[in-house]
Amino acid sequence: MPVTKSYVAKSVEAMRPSGIRKFFDLAAGMEGVISLGVGEPDFVTSWSAREAAILSLERGFTSYTANAGLLELREEIVSYIHHRFDVTYDATEEVIVTVGASQAIDLAMRAILDPGDEVVVVEPCFVSYVPMVELAGGKAVTVGTRGEEQFKLQPEALKEAITSKTKALLLCSPNNPTGAQLDKEDLKAIAAIVEEHDLIVVADEIYAELAYDIPHTSFASLDGMRERTILINGFSKGFAMTGWRLGFVCAPPELTAAMLKIHQYAMMCASTPAQYAALEALKSGMSDVEEMKKDYRRRRNYIVQSFNEIGLDCLMPGGAFYVFPSIQSTGYTSDQFAELLLKEEQVAVVPGSVFGKGGEGFVRCSYASSMEQLQEAVRRIDRFVNK
Amino acid sequence: MKINKKEQEILEILEKDARLTPADLSKMIGEDEEAVKSMIKRLEKEKVLVHYTALVDWSKVEDSEHVTAMIDVKVTPKRGVGFNETAERIYRFKEVSSVYLMSGAYDLSVTVEGRTMKEVARFVSEKLSVLEEVVSTTTHFQLKKYKHDGKIFEDKQTDNRMVVSP
Repeated sequence: MPVTKSYVAKSVEAMRPSGIRKFFDLAAGMEGVISLGVGEPDFVTSWSAREAAILSLERGFTSYTANAGLLELREEIVSYIHHRFDVTYDATEEVIVTVGASQAIDLAMRAILDPGDEVVVVEPCFVSYVPMVELAGGKAVTVGTRGEEQFKLQPEALKEAITSKTKALLLCSPNNPTGAQLDKEDLKAIAAIVEEHDLIVVADEIYAELAYDIPHTSFASLDGMRERTILINGFSKGFAMTGWRLGFVCAPPELTAAMLKIHQYAMMCASTPAQYAALEALKSGMSDVEEMKKDYRRRRNYIVQSFNEIGLDCLMPGGAFYVFPSIQSTGYTSDQFAELLLKEEQVAVVPGSVFGKGGEGFVRCSYASSMEQLQEAVRRIDRFVNK
Repeated sequence: MKINKKEQEILEILEKDARLTPADLSKMIGEDEEAVKSMIKRLEKEKVLVHYTALVDWSKVEDSEHVTAMIDVKVTPKRGVGFNETAERIYRFKEVSSVYLMSGAYDLSVTVEGRTMKEVARFVSEKLSVLEEVVSTTTHFQLKKYKHDGKIFEDKQTDNRMVVSP
């Protein structure tokens, strides 16, 4: 019998494909492209971490680990989070090692959402937040942020988005794509609203290590917020370990137990060699992180000033490795700008519009590239903008 | 010499890539270009910034004759002639590319460059070992350079990242 119907679930059919895909397809076939569109470090994982993974394979550590991850790694994560961000978790009951921070977001959403529950998502943001909320049966209520406010979530805007159905706030600082960093005072103002409305915060702090001017404040470290936070972090960005797919989530025992239920059925555990690499990264890799951070900071300074000089207004973002310059002076939409720039000058950037509300009129440029590449990219963008 | 944070940054950046211009540096460290220029001048004058050079892989150049030897030199310091004076007598030779005073089994580590092994051997026997303070020399010829000054010569690492990713 021939197939006459689609077997794809309606909920999946209704999902929009990521706007990034289009630019990937456009850029992939081109020669000589300089890409500022990459959402991952240009550094390779430190040799000591890679070497630890090789050693684990040589020793035959190829079996599953505990569902929540190697206890030794969880203990190391707990001590890392305690020393770096001043929050204390219990390694046996409050930590799960995940397949990247992405899986942790998925776990968090599925663990807390009943059908119809609302999650406030702050945009512009990582492209997967809204789909993940929706796949978990929730409803994403998006709140835009604006350049005039350094792309920081405004307490008033948050209040307006909250309804009787709101269960959670999904927050990412430092932010992808804007690089915006919420400082302690910003976070305190948000925490007060969270408390008032009895919400839980899913804090995606994957860029926490990459804060350049003031240290990162973890949402969970605020007074009374530890019990209301699902803290998500990982090794991809700070430790340059994207391809290993290794992240972690920390939360109070009840929430962790709920997430672990899903994790044990859907994932079993994160990759074992990757866990050994991460363990080594935490034990000996902090100086590598500091070195990379120094480099990123200089490149950020370089690219922000360069963009402003060539006429693209660009804020100095506090963290991550993205700048989010305004392209409004060119008269193009962000989509047109990105497409024309790619075709005419072979520089790939990502239009702000794919990141949701507040993103139109801006493009995301990653400075996770060598200074040489950045210099050439700036020359080409200058030629494109001022032709 | 005491240096400030910005000067520290300039040194760290130039040590990795000396081709960056004062204009680039000024953007990278958030400092006025003229100020950067004067900081560089000061660092050069004080010989903190000693020299700008390129790292060349001569082994790639056809027919180029280039050998490097590292020589362990034992020295007897004499009254009035300390290690520094002996080192100076050695580093004045143009064949010598580096001289370090070492702890351990020998005293001076001397790097000598020449066109052929014979040329280097002659230098060692006729110029170096005959110095009055030199007690003994052990010459090691380099067979292959893998990494120098933090740079890997044949780096197989390439950028494998996708052109655009979230």
